[in-house]
Amino acid sequence: MSTPQDSPPAGRHAAPGGTAPRRNGNGGPPLVRLVNAGKRYGAVIALHDITMEVSAGEVTCVLGDNGAGKSTLIKIIAGLHQPSSGTYEVDGTPVAFASPREALERGIATVYQDLAVVPLMPVWRNFFLGNEVRRGPRMDIPAMKKMCKDEMLAMGIDLRDVDQPIGTLSGGERQCVAISRAVHFGAKVLILDEPTAALGVKQSGVVLKYIIQARERGLGVIFITHNPHHAYPVGDRFLLLNRGASIGYFEKSQVTRDELTGLMAGGAELEQLSHELEGAGGAAAAIGHELSEDVEELGIAHQSTE
Amino acid sequence: MAQTAEAPVTPPPIRDERVGRKSTLGRLLARPEAGAIAGAIVIYLFFFIIAPPFRNANSFSTTLYVTSTYGLMATPVALLMIGGEFDLSAGVAVTSSALCASLFSYEFTTNAWVGVAVALVLSLLIGFINGWVVVKTGIPSFLVTLGMFFMLQGLNLALTETITNQVASPDISTLQGFGSAQKVFASSFTVAGVNIRVTVIYWIVFVLIATWILLRTHVGNWIFSVGGSPASARAVGVPVAKMKIGLFMAVGFMAWFTGMHTLFQFNTIQSGQGVGNEFVYIIAAVVGGCLLTGGYGSAVGAAIGALIFGMVNQGIVYAGWNPYWFTFFVGALLLGAILLNTYIRRRAEASV
Repeated sequence: MSTPQDSPPAGRHAAPGGTAPRRNGNGGPPLVRLVNAGKRYGAVIALHDITMEVSAGEVTCVLGDNGAGKSTLIKIIAGLHQPSSGTYEVDGTPVAFASPREALERGIATVYQDLAVVPLMPVWRNFFLGNEVRRGPRMDIPAMKKMCKDEMLAMGIDLRDVDQPIGTLSGGERQCVAISRAVHFGAKVLILDEPTAALGVKQSGVVLKYIIQARERGLGVIFITHNPHHAYPVGDRFLLLNRGASIGYFEKSQVTRDELTGLMAGGAELEQLSHELEGAGGAAAAIGHELSEDVEELGIAHQSTE
Repeated sequence: MAQTAEAPVTPPPIRDERVGRKSTLGRLLARPEAGAIAGAIVIYLFFFIIAPPFRNANSFSTTLYVTSTYGLMATPVALLMIGGEFDLSAGVAVTSSALCASLFSYEFTTNAWVGVAVALVLSLLIGFINGWVVVKTGIPSFLVTLGMFFMLQGLNLALTETITNQVASPDISTLQGFGSAQKVFASSFTVAGVNIRVTVIYWIVFVLIATWILLRTHVGNWIFSVGGSPASARAVGVPVAKMKIGLFMAVGFMAWFTGMHTLFQFNTIQSGQGVGNEFVYIIAAVVGGCLLTGGYGSAVGAAIGALIFGMVNQGIVYAGWNPYWFTFFVGALLLGAILLNTYIRRRAEASV
């Protein structure tokens, strides 16, 4: 059912020039690319002029606070919405997905934080939901249970019992089931919607480990998060969003963790806040002074993109 | 078919020493129908002890017959509840189907089977409309089917009155095809001196089919998922709308089947009957372990729920009690079953 990662790209999407775009790595077009993409809902501009890409074996992190436009971006890439301006390319050819199903058929799988699983159903039923292995009219249950167990084992999770309701697993384990499910069913691009948001430190580490594993397996990963400490260790590229617009798009070599943290904290806004506090006098002024030193130290006053 | 490519950084799996093996009893208790089975045994023993006629094989066969007339409908109603929806129109829909078959074939003097076929179309249509409105509008099925319930009740009474000037449908036993239809829908046979109604066999067969679909096919997987978390199901490509409409139509189909049995058993149908039965079906499903919120339950459980209902129904008669006690018992059973199921499910989930 799943395709090996390095299978040749389907011929039907060959570029008009005659040479089929190469999927693998350097030189070929990225798996997914947005060019100047924007999205309006009526008069509301939810997303404005976003350019980003992810290639095989890469992790692109999308960082932003609540309301920054992260979920709109996911919905565009996942095929729930179409961009109202700009282009969306898969393997170098522009696409216009009418439904998530179409995106899924092109190997773009989304793992939503809250929509990943059906809690009361056993792990193996969740794993194969919508992609059941059939033998005639029946499901091949022993094969499915075994595959589920093996696939989870390959991710380093030893499930005692694939028959247990998935709601009894920990949050991190649930995310991992959803991730390994997407990998098993031939995803080439994984969109992870805040997979670490609701998790503790240790569980987050487990999920980050699987992101790295997915990358090692040759997948492109789009990792949405608001935590730069989660993003920096695993990411190859970083897109920072604020109020629907890009405030920075870096390769890992162009940015340090501190700069990323500073940008996320909203350097310019912090700077302004520190001025206001300093103006207020007394204890507030002391705090404001401290804040402005922090801002300076992080070097985040007005970082420009490439 | 699995990706057997070695993941480069696979740490050795560690068995969690904090988790013990689940006992066999624990596994049994984790089944949705566990509470119902325990309840059925208790109630059987209770009436076995206090009501001597209850011990007779023939009277138990009668109990099974009463059970089957409710159990037939409880089966698709349970599937629908697992799929996360209700059907309050299920009780009167049975009567609508029977009236439709009876009046159509009588008024147009057709073969009884023609009326049977027309009624099937009507019943499936009622199910389709219920499902379609629920899916398209997102209005809770409780309200949609409540509306359908009252509409059908009104139609049953008004149309029967208009067409026949009576409150019941005419006797159709003289029509062509009546005999063969009666053989199919309302016959009985004798095994070792015990008279067994054919609906009991149908009931068991339908329960087995429903159980097989639920547990062994991908359709069953999808039924659980559309009830348990429709958004998740949609996200992985399960056709949620089609599944729900299909489940409502399954209830329609069984309303037709039950209606045909009633019609060919009694030759005539009272236009006001069936009201209240929708609750019996839902009670059977809930006593059998179905969650009101969907995503959990079993067809076998609903069958045992119906059996409990049937045993209490007949047991009270055999015990010589005032039958008014019956509804009290049903209410108490429902409440007890809900409490027991909640307790068992919490324990099952906690002890995994």
